[in-house]
Amino acid sequence: MASTVPDTGLSLVTGTLRQTDYWWTVFKRTWKGGVINSFVSPLFYVVAMGVLLGGFIAGDPAKLEGATSYLAFIVPGLVATHAMTIAVGETTYPVMGAVKWHKTYYSMIATPLEPRHLVAAHMMFVLFRLATACGVFMLVLAPFGVFESWWGPFLAFGSQLLVGMAFAGLVYGYSTRIRSESAFGVLFRLGVLPLTLFSGAFFPISNLGPVLEWVARLTPLWHGVNLSRMFCLDTVDWPLAALNAVVLVAAVVVGWFWSVSGLEQRLAD
Amino acid sequence: MPLYRVGAVTESMILARGLRKSFGDFEAVKGIDVDVRRGEAFGFLGPNGAGKSSTMRMIASVSPISGGSLQILGMDPATDGPAIRGRLGVCPQEDTLDNELNVRDNLYIYGRYFGIPKGEVNSRVDELLEFVSLTEKAKAKVEDLSGGMKRRLTIARSLVNRPDLLLLDEPTTGLDPQARHVLWDQLFRLKQAGVTLVITTHYMDEAEQLCDRLVVMDKGLIAAEGSPRQLIEEHSTREVTELRFGITDETNPHELIAEKVEDLGRLEVLPDRILVYSPDGEEVIAKVHERGLDPIGVLVRRSTLEDVFLKLTGRTLVD
Ligand SMILES: Nc1ncnc2c1ncn2[C@@H]1O[C@H](COP(=O)(O)OP(=O)(O)O)[C@@H](O)[C@H]1O
Ligand SMILES: [Mg+2]
Repeated sequence: MASTVPDTGLSLVTGTLRQTDYWWTVFKRTWKGGVINSFVSPLFYVVAMGVLLGGFIAGDPAKLEGATSYLAFIVPGLVATHAMTIAVGETTYPVMGAVKWHKTYYSMIATPLEPRHLVAAHMMFVLFRLATACGVFMLVLAPFGVFESWWGPFLAFGSQLLVGMAFAGLVYGYSTRIRSESAFGVLFRLGVLPLTLFSGAFFPISNLGPVLEWVARLTPLWHGVNLSRMFCLDTVDWPLAALNAVVLVAAVVVGWFWSVSGLEQRLAD
Repeated sequence: MPLYRVGAVTESMILARGLRKSFGDFEAVKGIDVDVRRGEAFGFLGPNGAGKSSTMRMIASVSPISGGSLQILGMDPATDGPAIRGRLGVCPQEDTLDNELNVRDNLYIYGRYFGIPKGEVNSRVDELLEFVSLTEKAKAKVEDLSGGMKRRLTIARSLVNRPDLLLLDEPTTGLDPQARHVLWDQLFRLKQAGVTLVITTHYMDEAEQLCDRLVVMDKGLIAAEGSPRQLIEEHSTREVTELRFGITDETNPHELIAEKVEDLGRLEVLPDRILVYSPDGEEVIAKVHERGLDPIGVLVRRSTLEDVFLKLTGRTLVD
């Protein structure tokens, strides 16, 4: 009965823009915490893993996918992983809260807004968070000589946004379908944590052995990490880059429909 | 279709025929007919679980109907939901205020969802805060408000788009008597201003105070329809005599006593009292004493919608 394309109603853009004031208040309320999460913690990572731990690791380009130092190897993957973490953070508890605890979504759909508008505005906010967090992160890292071309970091930035949005859509859809927040524990432990560790951010996936290497290649995060790294290190294999991009775009599209249908079902009873 | 003609001529605000709502195997609304016309205050009176909120959510065009037909403001909620919702004010049973926004922002943000320009929303918000007497609380956090204040804020919020039709699901449930009276006063002023109101309640006094016309709803069906006075005249007597007879034991003297007075009028035998429906209460009391019965308490009162409900369903409204 619920249809994604109703006969009447607001356009996606109009419905999304009507929530600008709402999201502006959310931003004003949360930006301070966001600064810590978005910039300070990842910087600790860079210093601890990239600089200090990296001091023990030989910067052999043959073993580090073309990076001349462990820091240069880890940075593009860390930022991509960070994008995933931010996206997951913004689409788990906030979504469940709006459905179950604060019920703000119920007040929103009592107006001309529809679930697709709510998803779209939420996604725009996630995109904004990703852009500021990854953007500043990349800027801070620029002086450390971890980028091999002037244009690569811009495309790397784009791929970080893409992988973030892929996770935003997939996880948002998941959050609309679960009834209890304990399901987030499963997501974090069996999803986010293994992906973070084994998708090639901290070590080349070739170290995993042939079977697990292929498993890693199937995860959306690896596509983002790989794309981000190839652009930063100027080691772009264009057909592979195209494949990475296609996979991520497909995940974004699937995530969108998965989220909209999930929210429509959840709010219609 | 005659449905459409009726809608066009009398400005039907809500027109439901055989309206149903199921949740899985469970049918919460089992085929009801409702007509609400412009400017009236219409009520759904029924106990918890009667299906009032389910009906309200269908009317609010957020919950798809499971059967029958429904038209709101002459439109079909399945296809014109957004257009309908743009002209409705909704005050849901459960609070959906945003606890993370202050009082004023709750109204302002909500107004923006309707596409009302900023300046216009701002002036409406000031006006509405005044109307619900929350101007001093404009900057307060929602969680610091009392139950009555939250309710008033929700009502103010539902008015921000100047709705043609205002839906109030149990507007005063959980409020203390004073807060209820403040709210009734505000709803009464809206009614005077010509806003069409649809109210659900399980308080018969609320229904009597506010509704021009109401339906008595029970177990997903409509048991009766009319103005409060019509319903009382049709289903009850002018006066009711309540008789109380001390502690009852397992031999259940209520039943025995009831046999002795059953010719005095229609009886309802409740656990703690017997109700005698007869137009003249004094006469009933006189006859009870004549028969050598000695109730520890007697009360003669006017019939209410509670009596109507008892007659129609055999149960009390609030249990
Ligand atoms: N979302 C739902 N899923 C399953 N059952 C529901 C749902 N909403 C209401 N019900 C059931 O439908 C019946 C009517 O509920 P409701 O419409 O809330 O009644 P009222 O508002 O008159 O108290 C109740 O038995 C309730 O448990
Ligand atoms: Mg209810």
